[in-house]
Amino acid sequence: MDRDKAREEFEHIEREMETLGKSTASPEAEKRLQELSDQLQHLREELTGPLTPWQRVQVARHPQRPHLLDFIPLLFENFSEIHGDRSFSDDPAMVGGFAWFRGKPVMVIGQQKGHDTQQKLKRNFGMPKPEGYRKALRLMNLAAKFHRPIFTFVDTPGAYPGIDSEERGQAEAIARNLRDMVRLPVPIIVTITGEGGSGGALAIAVGDRILILENSVYSVISPEGCASITWRDATKATTAADALKMTADDLRALGIVDQIVPEPAGGAHVDHKKIAESIGEHLQRALAEVSGLPAQELLDQRYRKFRNMGQFFRTAAS
Amino acid sequence: MAWFRKEKEPLKAAEGERLRTEGLWIKCDGCRAIIWKKDLDANWSVCPKCGHHFRIDARTRLRLLLDDENYTTHDSDVETSDPLNFVDLKSYRDRIATAQRTTKLKDAVITAEGTIGGRGVFLCSMEYGFIGGSMGGVVGELITRAAERALDQRIPLIIVSASGGARMMEGTVSLMQMAKVSAALARMDTAGVPYISVLTDPTTGGVTASFSMLGDLNIAEPGALIGFAGPRVIEQTIRQKLPAGFQRSEFLLTHGMLDAVVPRTEMKAYIINALKFFLD
Ligand SMILES: [Zn+2]
Repeated sequence: MDRDKAREEFEHIEREMETLGKSTASPEAEKRLQELSDQLQHLREELTGPLTPWQRVQVARHPQRPHLLDFIPLLFENFSEIHGDRSFSDDPAMVGGFAWFRGKPVMVIGQQKGHDTQQKLKRNFGMPKPEGYRKALRLMNLAAKFHRPIFTFVDTPGAYPGIDSEERGQAEAIARNLRDMVRLPVPIIVTITGEGGSGGALAIAVGDRILILENSVYSVISPEGCASITWRDATKATTAADALKMTADDLRALGIVDQIVPEPAGGAHVDHKKIAESIGEHLQRALAEVSGLPAQELLDQRYRKFRNMGQFFRTAAS
Repeated sequence: MAWFRKEKEPLKAAEGERLRTEGLWIKCDGCRAIIWKKDLDANWSVCPKCGHHFRIDARTRLRLLLDDENYTTHDSDVETSDPLNFVDLKSYRDRIATAQRTTKLKDAVITAEGTIGGRGVFLCSMEYGFIGGSMGGVVGELITRAAERALDQRIPLIIVSASGGARMMEGTVSLMQMAKVSAALARMDTAGVPYISVLTDPTTGGVTASFSMLGDLNIAEPGALIGFAGPRVIEQTIRQKLPAGFQRSEFLLTHGMLDAVVPRTEMKAYIINALKFFLD
């Protein structure tokens, strides 16, 4: 069943039960109450039971899922956006600026999708071009210069694949971010809030702590892309989503993310405020863990973190 | 500077040859001419007529660039443990086994320590014939180890890329290799140990978007396909035909994304000269 519909029904039943509860007791009312309570239980299971990986992909891409610009007023005070890469242009798919997090000055950077068609087009569906990644790095360098921690928020189907992207060096822009993020001498806390689409996500996701929302996904390729390559059939995306091990739980088991931020039943889109509170607590904890470290120790830990990530090999018997 | 080119012209001698057995002749993708395979081999698989660069394997690349056969390979026994237990139409394990049989390698890169122009270098040579030269945990680890050794010993690193990008069958594990190798290269960069990236046909995806574009010099062979997104993906996204020459070495050079395009037969001399500039 569609989770949004289930949730609506859930709320409807809750309201009916509430009304019934206020009415005078009668055997009919009692019977109805029992019926409703069973239905509620059933719906609750449907709403909170484990989602399949493909269902999580759908939740991660949900049009009402909170995006960076929704999170900013809920998580930060006094945000000032900084535009442009000072080289080519300002990429609306990548947003960044300075703000205060629980009283501390921080740099905030992330991809921005849109909720409606107009916004989606303006934000290029959250797919940055090279100038977006270069803006992000410029802002990170600025933060490092003034010893401010960096929070990045990842939500992108991927870096934009287009003629102009290639002309301006999409690969070079991403590569440079990977290299330079690992040696920025300030704390970097990464949160994967929606879709972590391949290199276009990783290009702002090298940090000291990697958080992921419960229903977010992070993968080297979209399930549709994987399906059309391997099965030559994009409708096999469900199977591909399983095979790619792209859910929060899978990623933690693989040692790629540190913490999973739980989402409200039904997904983050159900309650923006609640998920933002939850993210805020996790961010504070993560930042506290790494804030006191001397810069060299911070960098050594970050190096080791990525150096030792994904070590799945063995020495073959010869 | 083509010191590899054979003096004689063996083409003429071949003309009277009656035996047109398949495999002795090759049709050039560049000029459509029929070329005598022996001539092609003698010219490092560069068409003697039009200069088209055919793909060569990782071992041939070592012979091309290193001074002699006196090199040692490192970590050649490391193989993947299949982190995702990945199965599509075939299991990843089967694909690995097949690739290992056909290439006689455990994965898609050879890391060698040898000399070039008498100077010690670490050379990573990617094998496109091993699952499209894709980068999974083994390729990432081997290149990272090479970079760490190069840094420790302050010896230059050369990586020759030939790869379709990150290896899908290792999922996010392969994605993380991009960060891992880049981290090791950051340390080399900070320490001032030279790293030269050589891009060959094809170099795309997560390999381009990590170590291939991070050289002190990024140089490419002529006509190589180099890009982030594959041409098919771009075509599907923008629903337009791509311009001729798009994502080829010369296109990148024009757009300022490569330092030089260097023919295969001049590559070694170019590298020797560059290292001289960096270090002597
Ligand atoms: Zn030719």
